[in-house]
Amino acid sequence: MAPGTAESEAAPGKDHAIVMKAITKQFPGVLANDHVDFFVKRGEIHALVGENGAGKSTLVNQLYGFHLPDDGKIFINGEEVFFRSPKDAIRKNIGMVHQHFMLVDNQTVTENVILGSEINLPVLKGFLDRKKARNTLVSLSKQYGLVVNPDAFIEDIPVGMQQRVEIIKTLYRGADILIFDEPTAVLTPQETEELFKVMRLLKEGGKTIVFITHKLNEVMAITDRVTVMRLGKVTGRVDTKDTNPRQLANMMVGREVLLRVEKKEHEPGDLLLEVNKLSVHDNRGLQAVKDVSLSVKEGEIVGIAGVAGNGQSELVEAITGLRKVGSGKIRMSGVDITDLSTWEIREIGLNHVPEDRLKRGLITKYPVYFNSILGKHKDEPFSKDGFLMLKNIRDYAKDLVERYDVRPRNINQLGGNLSGGNQQKLIVARELDDKPRPSRCVVVAQPTRGLDIGAIEFIHKTLISMRDQGIGILLVSMELDEIFSLSDRIIVIYEGEIMGEVKPDEITKEEVGLMMAGQRKAEEAVKWSDER
Amino acid sequence: MNWLEAILAILVNPIFYQLTLLAATPLIFASLGGVFSEITGVVNIALEGIMLMAAFNSVVFTYLTGNAWFGVLMAVIIGVGFTWFHAWASIRWAANQIVSAAALIIIAQGVTGFLMIPIFGHPGQTDFIGRVSPVRLEFIREVPFVGRIFGSLSPFVYMAFIAVAVTWILLYRTPLGLRMRAVGENPEAADTLGISVRKIRYFGVLMSGAMASLAGAFLSTGELGRFIEMMTHGRGFIALAAMIIGNWNPVGALGASLLFGASEAMNLQLQSSTIITVSANVKPLFNVIPFIVTLVVVGGFVGKTRPPAASGVPYEKESKN
Amino acid sequence: MNRGKWYAFLVPTISVLIAFLVGSVIILLIGKNPLTAYVVMFQGAFGGSEQLADTIVKMTPLVLTGLAVGFGFRAGVFNIGAEGQMAMGALVGAIVAMSFGALPPVILIPLSIISGMLAGAFWASIAGFLKAFTGAHEVISTIMLNWIAINVTTFMVAGPLAVGTGTPKSPEVAEAAKLPIIFKVQAIELSIGIVIAVIAAIVMYVLIEKSTMGYELRGVGFNPYASEYGGINIKKNIIMIMAISGSLAGMAGIVDLLGVPPQRFLGELTGGRGFDGITIALIGRNNPIGIIFAALLISALRTGSNAMQIRAQIPNDIVHILQGIVIFLVAAERIVAALIEWKKREKVTA
Repeated sequence: MAPGTAESEAAPGKDHAIVMKAITKQFPGVLANDHVDFFVKRGEIHALVGENGAGKSTLVNQLYGFHLPDDGKIFINGEEVFFRSPKDAIRKNIGMVHQHFMLVDNQTVTENVILGSEINLPVLKGFLDRKKARNTLVSLSKQYGLVVNPDAFIEDIPVGMQQRVEIIKTLYRGADILIFDEPTAVLTPQETEELFKVMRLLKEGGKTIVFITHKLNEVMAITDRVTVMRLGKVTGRVDTKDTNPRQLANMMVGREVLLRVEKKEHEPGDLLLEVNKLSVHDNRGLQAVKDVSLSVKEGEIVGIAGVAGNGQSELVEAITGLRKVGSGKIRMSGVDITDLSTWEIREIGLNHVPEDRLKRGLITKYPVYFNSILGKHKDEPFSKDGFLMLKNIRDYAKDLVERYDVRPRNINQLGGNLSGGNQQKLIVARELDDKPRPSRCVVVAQPTRGLDIGAIEFIHKTLISMRDQGIGILLVSMELDEIFSLSDRIIVIYEGEIMGEVKPDEITKEEVGLMMAGQRKAEEAVKWSDER
Repeated sequence: MNWLEAILAILVNPIFYQLTLLAATPLIFASLGGVFSEITGVVNIALEGIMLMAAFNSVVFTYLTGNAWFGVLMAVIIGVGFTWFHAWASIRWAANQIVSAAALIIIAQGVTGFLMIPIFGHPGQTDFIGRVSPVRLEFIREVPFVGRIFGSLSPFVYMAFIAVAVTWILLYRTPLGLRMRAVGENPEAADTLGISVRKIRYFGVLMSGAMASLAGAFLSTGELGRFIEMMTHGRGFIALAAMIIGNWNPVGALGASLLFGASEAMNLQLQSSTIITVSANVKPLFNVIPFIVTLVVVGGFVGKTRPPAASGVPYEKESKN
Repeated sequence: MNRGKWYAFLVPTISVLIAFLVGSVIILLIGKNPLTAYVVMFQGAFGGSEQLADTIVKMTPLVLTGLAVGFGFRAGVFNIGAEGQMAMGALVGAIVAMSFGALPPVILIPLSIISGMLAGAFWASIAGFLKAFTGAHEVISTIMLNWIAINVTTFMVAGPLAVGTGTPKSPEVAEAAKLPIIFKVQAIELSIGIVIAVIAAIVMYVLIEKSTMGYELRGVGFNPYASEYGGINIKKNIIMIMAISGSLAGMAGIVDLLGVPPQRFLGELTGGRGFDGITIALIGRNNPIGIIFAALLISALRTGSNAMQIRAQIPNDIVHILQGIVIFLVAAERIVAALIEWKKREKVTA
């Protein structure tokens, strides 16, 4: 079946839960949806796949009443609907589990579930019936096997439970159609399996599920049918049993893609970064990193695998001088850098690609040429006697955008006006480039989050080539695939502790997944201490 | 040792406690105002200006009608209208909330100063116009100590305490309160559940205007019976400090307001103390006590309390996917 | 969207025009003619060489308080405490200028100004220190410091420094500390204060736009997290920003005191001119050159409104209202932007 023409039925009829016809949505500068047709049968799990920026979120945001379509029609269970706000969508029994959880951190699970659809006391109208709300929640949670603690505050519960709260929220509102927006991005393989169980249970209970993802193996594992989008248009519509990941990838990207990066064997050199029994506290004063020891040598990539929120951010911040170290030592080529400032650490040659490029990596209101010297701005030739050397800065920026293919080449562009991929290229370029002082070791966190496949390929190739040139890289990523394809060694972290160290070609993803969920590999732990 | 002696003498005097309650009353109202606004995610540093407006308007309408309560009512109505500008700028136009509120403070100074001559014939301060009469509790007046505190108190003092209770119940026991707190913490989450962030924020900011107006009306019509230019004297900002120290919680704000009220009462009592022997020149220097206490306490407490996460951030639906 | 160079100035200009429009409605409401009022106002500010000189004299400290607030804004700090820093600068500077009369002017004048600047810097850096180390918001702490400064200076001129009767005042400063006069128009003496203010504006421009320090502090203003990541010390920068801002406000106080007769600390001295710095910085878009023109505007409003009060019996508090409206519109500049867009569209359809 050729992609793009595959349509299992000619005209969507009564057996369809969702029919979106010729949906068009224009945002300033982008045609996000261009005459998109999207049909979902009642009681199926339907995958909506596409790269970042393909228009998936825009499409479902219109289905959920968050945005109004400029043009096109939406039918729910055969009836045409006009959603002006999520309230209208909720009324038609549509629920959404958002990628970034829509939860209020300082409220309890129960409060979050009832928010906006509160139960009032029978006599005192206008007051919350908190007992009844709690009971409703508990019974829903039992019915679908969604274990939550109704009285806990959101900020105190793990990500997996937060997601269950999101699912209960939709069920509490009587949702028959559930939209899951990239739900597995924050889960371990085992948690993903758990989620899939819940999704199957929901399907058995007659619910219709829209599953947005870009992980093609998950599409193959759980869905019945697939709609593929690229650049605002539908490029394919197939039954899952009739397709394979390669075909889906081609429809997503529009060309042949390499699903794995080429990597030559490379012998690591001298010891660069050495972390010894490091402990770090998080913002709330809890211990986020416990007794972590690791090392990075010249010319190797050490990957840190783990589910988000297991101390990776704090570890990275402590190494790069952005967070106070509780106890332990950090050395760089034998020099103690434990209590040095961020600037001093950078001067020693330890650079950093931050996990949040908009919060940390760029000053969005500075032009590209100013962003290209952030963290090097006090060094000659960019600064002399306290004054900025604008010509040198601009020359450097021009060279940098040329060599690292940052588009557009205009260095006067504001950092915030670059696309995500180009912002990331600029940051990677700045941190890996060895001018004006050598970059010897780089802590790289979430380098490809939210990027399209083209940019991901470029950044992966850059990281590998830098490794081949002898730079040591500590790679932190939530994407297990990325960790596996780039790393020479993998360290698994769980709740701030190292669960063990493994080689990517000697272990399966499932085994690493178990370690990410807290299972220590005894022999690995032994091997690690022997090595030292 | 006469400093210690003087302070001790003040602390055993019931007048000190009455003055504390009176000095705390405008702070309680205004800090509740701060809570109302910030809990929904809009910073309102204009409390000072809204108070000044209300202090003026309550006197104007008392002057025009002879009824102090009517003056207070009009002060609240006009105060809410005045606050609407801040709400409009912040919510509809995504303004810089601190700057737009600062504008309201300056406008309030201008309007109250400007209208003094046309209405009262002279600048500076008005004559005694009239005030809300105090609540006399005859049965308590006879009780030693307590009677001297509560025997005759402005009704605003009681209203302030009631307002704290009502605000707490509203915020923590009603659907509206749940939504207000959600909007101030994560407006997007509330929006996805069909809650109108805009309406909730308007409600919060306008309620903050009503509360600040009561604070201002108390200063003039509730206490002095006259209006004096710039009579709010930084209280709007001290109230903001009380809100912060009280962790954006009505009961916490009450506690902090009482602390600041006590420091003001201490200042007043030290100035009239006959025990300490300092020249009359030096006594006005005691006026800095409440400000120093505020500065120190704010410096010590911030970071230990947690503002609503979306406070001060305009909410706009993202325009891209 | 193609917004030309002029767009930056369009919003403040239109804001000022709207403010005047609203002001005329208010003047109408109290039964006066706005047109004559504004004519009187204009004459009072620019009507003759004496008026003009007065406007420039009054403009001098306003340029400096405008720079103080604007400098803070550029670095993301709202220094609402220029009033108190100005008072402290004037007080400390005046004490130095009174005490070392034996020194020659070339030493005493800079010495007095520098001590005033240091006093302002110290006063502001208290708020900077609190913000950096405890997270106390500078708006609250600088307001508290304002009240403390006002009470302290009032106490000093009514107590330890007091001379004569009537309005509390300090003695005159030493002859050698008075700023040289450029020229004299009847009773108005124009000192070199305005030159000092313009030089300060130029220095600030260079500091912000051309220096490495400017790169850091603008960065902190735009995005403290990214700046911290880039190796910029946030705490040090916040304290320094407050100190520089405060030193400009302190300079406003002492330059005004040394340049305008009677050269002494008189009454409440600052008279809201620290707060005027907020308006001026906003109208001038935190740009040193813009601030000079904005200070001229506000100063003209001041001298003009005094004339208006005397000759047209319109209380000069009207200026506060006008200023408030301008600040409001600049804060919510999208209102003005929407007005401009709407006008444009109307033109297209017409």
